[in-house]
Amino acid sequence: MVAGFAPSDALAAPRGRAEAEPVAARTVRKPGSEVRVDGIVKTFSGDGPAALEGVSLAIAPGELLALLGPSGSGKTTLLRVIAGLEIPDAGRVFFGATDTTDVPVQRRGVGFVFQHYALFRHLTVFENIAYGLRSRERSRRPGEAEIRRRVGQLLDLVQLPTLASRYPGQLSGGQRQRVALARALAVEPSVLLLDEPFGALDAQVRKDLRRWLREIHRETGQTTVFVTHDQDEALELADRIAILNRGRIEQVGAPHEVQDDPASRFVMSFVGETARVAADIAGGQVWVDGRAALRAREDWPEGPVDLCLRPWHLTVGGDEAALLGTVREWRRTARGTVAEILLDGSDSPVEVKVTDVHRKGDRVALQASEARVFPRG
Amino acid sequence: MSSPAMSSPSLPAAPHAALTEPKGVRVLLIATAIGFLALFLLLPLAVVFAEALSKGLGNYLATFAEPDAQAAIRLTLLVALISVPLNVVFGIAASWAIAKFDFRGRNLLITLIDLPFSVSPVVAGLIYVLIFGSQGVLGPFLQRHGIEIIFAVPGIVLATVFVTFPFVARELIPLMQDQGTTDEEAALTLGASPWRVFLTVTLPNIKWALLYGVLLCNARAMGEFGAVSVVSGRIRGLTNTMPLHVEILYNEYNYVAAFGIASLLALLALVTLAGKTFLEWRHADALAGRGAH
Amino acid sequence: MSGAAALGLPVRAASRRRFRRPSAMPGFRLTFGFAVAYLSLIVLIPLAVLLLRASALGPSGLWDLVTDSRNLAALKTSFGLSLAAAAIDAVFGLLIAWVLTRYTFPGRRLIDALVDLPFALPTAVAGICLATLYSGNGWLGAPLEALGLKVAYTPLGILVALVFVGLPFCVRTVQPLIAEIDRSSEEAAAILGASRARALATVILPPLIPAVLTGFALAFARAVGEYGSVIFVAGNLPYVSEIAPLLIVIKLEEFNYTGATAIAAVMLLMSFGALLAINLIQDFSRRRFGHV
Repeated sequence: MVAGFAPSDALAAPRGRAEAEPVAARTVRKPGSEVRVDGIVKTFSGDGPAALEGVSLAIAPGELLALLGPSGSGKTTLLRVIAGLEIPDAGRVFFGATDTTDVPVQRRGVGFVFQHYALFRHLTVFENIAYGLRSRERSRRPGEAEIRRRVGQLLDLVQLPTLASRYPGQLSGGQRQRVALARALAVEPSVLLLDEPFGALDAQVRKDLRRWLREIHRETGQTTVFVTHDQDEALELADRIAILNRGRIEQVGAPHEVQDDPASRFVMSFVGETARVAADIAGGQVWVDGRAALRAREDWPEGPVDLCLRPWHLTVGGDEAALLGTVREWRRTARGTVAEILLDGSDSPVEVKVTDVHRKGDRVALQASEARVFPRG
Repeated sequence: MSSPAMSSPSLPAAPHAALTEPKGVRVLLIATAIGFLALFLLLPLAVVFAEALSKGLGNYLATFAEPDAQAAIRLTLLVALISVPLNVVFGIAASWAIAKFDFRGRNLLITLIDLPFSVSPVVAGLIYVLIFGSQGVLGPFLQRHGIEIIFAVPGIVLATVFVTFPFVARELIPLMQDQGTTDEEAALTLGASPWRVFLTVTLPNIKWALLYGVLLCNARAMGEFGAVSVVSGRIRGLTNTMPLHVEILYNEYNYVAAFGIASLLALLALVTLAGKTFLEWRHADALAGRGAH
Repeated sequence: MSGAAALGLPVRAASRRRFRRPSAMPGFRLTFGFAVAYLSLIVLIPLAVLLLRASALGPSGLWDLVTDSRNLAALKTSFGLSLAAAAIDAVFGLLIAWVLTRYTFPGRRLIDALVDLPFALPTAVAGICLATLYSGNGWLGAPLEALGLKVAYTPLGILVALVFVGLPFCVRTVQPLIAEIDRSSEEAAAILGASRARALATVILPPLIPAVLTGFALAFARAVGEYGSVIFVAGNLPYVSEIAPLLIVIKLEEFNYTGATAIAAVMLLMSFGALLAINLIQDFSRRRFGHV
């Protein structure tokens, strides 16, 4: 959901969009390339990073893709494989039509923003951003004036035009993040990779930078992959989300797809609050504790299933085919009254908005406007 | 009703009494520590300068005009000039391999690097005599080709390299392990060549620890006695380092000269301590295990 | 183990128990190769030659050489006095480390720097200073001899020199731990009603013991091998104040390589023993207290 995002409130700094856009276009606009990984396997002995167990994924040119998953799911490992910082045991990495699996990281031409920025502490902001340009071999290295111009444009782009001579230690977390991004963009990468880009920032800065990253992406059109464990961040920012769990991709899709049509129980519970009820499907009905609770959809499989429900799809009332539950708690909040209900067949309570007054211990029937089932396992 | 404790000015002291020792005990402990250090460290140090200057400044300075003394100083500088850079190159290579990579036997390698610290200097000298000496493994071969190692400068350098072997590496390894590989990875993604990554990213990150290691390595290299004594043969003007020259002069009852040369070595020690203390004070966060985490 | 096989994907052969985890960082072959070659040439091969030569003597030959009465006396002197010196260093090292970290007093920083003097001062210099200081007409020797205590040129002189060289080990291993002691555990002990002495004995000191032992072992290892600072102050009387390293030098000067090798091998094994002990202590400490 990108709702609430408007260009006008995007920039906290006084510099306006109308001015920033052409700057960005001049500096870093470069057709992003397609990135494709195919059957990536990566194992670690001992207590190394999370492993990958055969991951394939295609990222369209100019796309902003989020790798979302809990810690240990392998999302950072996948990002590092794309960058060339990890060498996969099996599988290939393609940038466009080129197989880059065996291209060393120095020549892969990626922009990488590290979780803790990895700015060079002994270099100024200017020299940090210029580092990649100065690292080129002599024939491709721009002259001093050109470096100066390019770094200046990037500083404008990340809205830090006055901080060129500061050292990273003198910057705030958000400013460091911007410098790290400018440094990564300076080499005109074919793909921009960000590892937990907002992980180390406090909530307010995080929110601002999120908008700003979306903005930069729109301006540069760069193929961008970022790693996050924060569902909101992924849902708000990304064009598409790849959800990883234990070294495998569970689902890839647009935010609304993974939210509305989760491919697995894991995805369902990872992208939103979920009530899970142990049920059986037989004869077109969903049975809970021997009661027909819900009409089964035609494409639902027969047999033991997990019935997964979003709390906001539940309403109290009705009686014929309904889910049953026990009220554990009832309270008023600023937005209405809420009952904490333990559904029969479930082991953790859900909060459901109610209109009537309930007492602890009341038995209630609930209707689900939407539900998903996944074979129990 | 105000509690009497609230107005009592002595209150803040009371809870703290339980968290430190009584004043008398503190004073006693401090006095014991200072007394012990003065007795065992400060007095011996004072003796150097007292003895060196006991026959006046003129006699003291005359010590350094002696050709043998000058030869000893030159040899000591030469030996340090060869062995310290060798151990710097080794220290950097070893800590790069150990800190930036994950391989089997890494801890064994770290232990082996520290090994020379637990070998007696005399044994350190002996092992080279057993290899390069006239009765040594390579002795006959060296003799046939007229190559002199034992009782010559190469032997002194070898023995010095051995006893100063771990100094640089042991400063760098924990620091570089602490720093991890992220900075280097960042430079690599920006297209920097390995050599450029080392010079522009790694080296600035380790420079103070490197200097610290060099300082300690150099002090030991210039001051080593036991190992060098075994391999040197103590040929005046040729294979005599400063510490060996001190011994010769002392055994000849030439105390002013002995303590004169010794005073130079003591000054070197004091400069080393001062430099070390300065680094620990000013750049604590750039030295392994001494930074605030 | 991994899902790769199950998926029928080709897995690089290297992923089975490999020597090194693959990495994008450059320079492993060069730095590892150089480090291992240099280590082997300077340290490992020469030490191996010594041990080979010693083992060529055969166990009984080695035994006879080592248990020669003069050798035995020297080894006993070295071993016994080193233990005593390390014990003195352990006690005073703990005290000095405590005073330097916990109390503030004028000149503290200077004294703290001075603790490392034995590391920095060449041993020969230390030796002639101690000899002069404790000789019959020295600053300390004269008053001590008036009291009937002769230090220089006796085993006591050796002890003084060994205490000197070992002290920094005992201070520097304990000091960082005292600095890192969580003050709240002391506060907790006080709140629970423990007297200060009891808090010291039951809460503060126990976690320091491994570090004290490590310092003790390091000081001991250093003392056993010490040569320069000892020979000037020892008197070097056979059977009385002759240390094992000196005996090696004497044998070498007599071109008795075999005798020197035998003593050296025994000393080497003793220092390996000390090294092993240090590693075991640190291993224990890491598991028990979470730090070294």
